[in-house]
Amino acid sequence: MIEIDQITKTYNGVSVVDAVTMTVETGTITVIVGTSGSGKTTLLRMINRLEEPSSGEVRINGESTRATKPHLLRRRIGYAIQGHGLFPHHTVARNIGAVPKLLNWPKDRIRTRVDELLALFSMDPEQFRDRFPAELSGGQQQRVGVARALASRPDLLLMDEPFGALDPIIRARAQDDLRRIQKALGSTIMLVTHDMEEAIRLGDRVAVMDSGRLVQHGTPAEIIAHPATTFVADMVGDVERPLRLLSLVPLSEVVEDGAATGDGLPADASLRDALSSCLWTGRTAVPVERDGAVIGRVTLDAIRARAELRA
Amino acid sequence: MSPPGLLFATLGLAALAAPFMTLAANRIVAGEGVMAWAVTAPAVTLPGVAVVMAGLLLGLPSEWSRLRFAGSVLGLSGLLWLLMQGAPRLLEGAGDYARVSPAIGFWCLLVILMLLMADSLARMAPGPLARGALLAAVMGALALILWSGVLSQLSILQEYASRKAAFADAVLRHLALAFGSLATAAAIGFPLGILCHRQIRLRGTILPVLSFFQTIPSLAMFGLMIPMLGWVGDRVPGAQAIGIAGIGFAPAFLALVLYSLLPVVGNTVTGLASAPPAALEAARGMGMTPRQRLLRVELPLGLPVILTGLRVVLVQNVGLAVIAGLIGGGGFGTFVFQGLNQTATDLILLGALPTVALAVASAVMMDILVELARPRSGRAG
Repeated sequence: MIEIDQITKTYNGVSVVDAVTMTVETGTITVIVGTSGSGKTTLLRMINRLEEPSSGEVRINGESTRATKPHLLRRRIGYAIQGHGLFPHHTVARNIGAVPKLLNWPKDRIRTRVDELLALFSMDPEQFRDRFPAELSGGQQQRVGVARALASRPDLLLMDEPFGALDPIIRARAQDDLRRIQKALGSTIMLVTHDMEEAIRLGDRVAVMDSGRLVQHGTPAEIIAHPATTFVADMVGDVERPLRLLSLVPLSEVVEDGAATGDGLPADASLRDALSSCLWTGRTAVPVERDGAVIGRVTLDAIRARAELRA
Repeated sequence: MSPPGLLFATLGLAALAAPFMTLAANRIVAGEGVMAWAVTAPAVTLPGVAVVMAGLLLGLPSEWSRLRFAGSVLGLSGLLWLLMQGAPRLLEGAGDYARVSPAIGFWCLLVILMLLMADSLARMAPGPLARGALLAAVMGALALILWSGVLSQLSILQEYASRKAAFADAVLRHLALAFGSLATAAAIGFPLGILCHRQIRLRGTILPVLSFFQTIPSLAMFGLMIPMLGWVGDRVPGAQAIGIAGIGFAPAFLALVLYSLLPVVGNTVTGLASAPPAALEAARGMGMTPRQRLLRVELPLGLPVILTGLRVVLVQNVGLAVIAGLIGGGGFGTFVFQGLNQTATDLILLGALPTVALAVASAVMMDILVELARPRSGRAG
C-alpha cells in the first residue's frame, strides 16, 4: 500500500503540488490524469524522490520514503518514462538487467530474469537479447523500457506518459499488454497521462489533478458518472460520457438468453463494442461468445437501459 | 572517370615538367634543376618516368578503388627509383662538397600521389584494424628505405649522417614534449571537464579562460614563458634543480599544456553532454549514483568526442613543439631553426619532414582509437 500524505511542492512560493493526499492499494493501477502544468508529473517524481517534497510524506508499505537514501529507494521502485530512455550503447539484455545489476544479483539470475521478462512481453529472447535499442521498433523499445522498470520485481512501478510517443494502434496494444502483465505479476502501478481515454482504459482508480490539487479520486465509473468539478467533466467530455461508461462494462454483465444473428462478440468485449457493432450492421442484438460457443445475446435495449443507470 | 583522379593526373603530368632534382656545389648555395628524364641515362630514367605516368593514369577510373590504390603505390615506387638512380649519377665528378636534393617536381609528385592514395583509401573505407596495418606497412617501408641506404647520398640524409646523436635526442625530446604535454593536459583536463559538466557556473568561468590561452600566438606564448619561469627558477628553492628555468624544456612543455587544455576540457564537456537526456533521466530514476551515471552512461557515450579532443591536441602539439626549438626546448625544431640560420634548406627539412610524418601517424592512430571507442549501437551489426 502506498500512502501519500499531505504532500506539497513549492517553487519560489508557488505551489506546484498542493497538499495531495491519496492511498494506492497494492496490486492496482492508479492513473493520475491532468493537463500539462497540473503537477501530475511532479507528484509522481516526489514518490521516488527525483523531486524532494517541500512538505508532507510518502509511505510505502508503512515505511516513510525518507528513511532510505534516494538512490537506494529508487532501486526498489520501477520507473518508466516517455521515449523509453534506454541506454543506446547497451544491448536489450543489459538494459533490462540494469537495476538487478545495481542490486548485485548474480549473473545467471539476471540472465534468467531477462529471458523471463522478454517472453512476458512477447519478444523471443533468442532473437532480441543481444540487439541494441536502435535496432528495435518504437513499440519494442517501449516494451523493453517497461520490462527494465519491472526487472527487479519492484514494490511499485511509476510510469510517466509511458505510451506518449507511440502511434494509436501500437499504443492500444501496449496498454493491453500492460493490463495483462500487471494482472499476471500483481504489480502496483502509478501512471501519469494527459489522456482521459487511457486513464479509463487502464485505471482501477483514476486521480484527476488540476492546478496542483487532487480534485477527484475514484473508479473510472465514478469519475465519468459523477464528475466532482466542471474541470473533471471537461476532461471526461460531455459528448463522450455515455460511450466511456459503456466501454467499462463487459458483455458478460448484461448477457441474456436468446438468439441473435450475425457475427458474435467475445464475452469480455465492452458494451461500447456491442453498440458499435449493432449500429454498423443494423442489428438490434448481437450474439455473445465464450471460448467460441454462443452463450446468449446482448440487445440494444439492454445497452440503453445500462447506459441510463449511469454507474 | 574520377574527378579527383583527373585532377591528380593533370597536375602530376605538369609536375613532371618541373625540375625533379637539384645539384648544388655545396649545402648552402642554390642548385641547378635537373629534369626527371635527365637525372641519369635515358635507359634508366625513361622506364621510371613511364612508371610514374602509369601510376597517375591508373588513378583515373572511379569504379576501381583498388586499382587506383595500386596506381599510387606504383607511382611512388617510380619516384623512389628515379631518386635512388639519379643521386649517385649526378654526384659523379661534381666535387667533394656537392649536394643533390629532390626538387619541386619531386615534392609535387609525392604530394599528388599521396593524395591519390588517400582518396582511393577513403573510397575503400577500410576498418580500424586494416588502417592500423596499413600505417604500420607504410612506416615499415619508409624505415626499410632509409635503413637500406639507397637514398643515403641525398643531401638531407647527409645532414642526418653528421648529426645522428643529435637527431636521436631530438626524436626523444619531441615525443616527450608532444606526448608528455598531452598526458599532462589529459590528467588535468579530464577532472576539470567533469567538474565543468557538473557545475554550469564553473563552466562559464573556466572555458573562457582556457579559450583565452588558446588565442595567444604561439611565439608570444613561448616568449611569455621565459620571464615567468625564469623568475620561478631564480626565486623558488629547488626549482632549478628539477629543470625549471626561463629557457629549455620546462617553458615549452608548460606552454604546450596550456594550449592543450581547451580542446581537452571543451571536448570532455561536449562528450559528457552527448548522452540522451531521457537515458540520463532513466539512469537517475533507476537509482544510479552520480558516479555510476558518469561511468556507465556518460563516459562510454562521450568517449569518441573526448578522444577526438585528444587527437586535436596531439596533432597540434606535434606541430607546436617545433617552435620549442626557439627557446631551447629541443625537438625537431632545433634543426629547423639551425637550418634557417645557416640557410641550409635540407637541414630545415631534416626537422620538418619527421614532424609531418609524426603528425600524420599520430592523426591516423588517434582516428583508429576514436573509431574503436565508438559504442556499438547496432545498425552496422
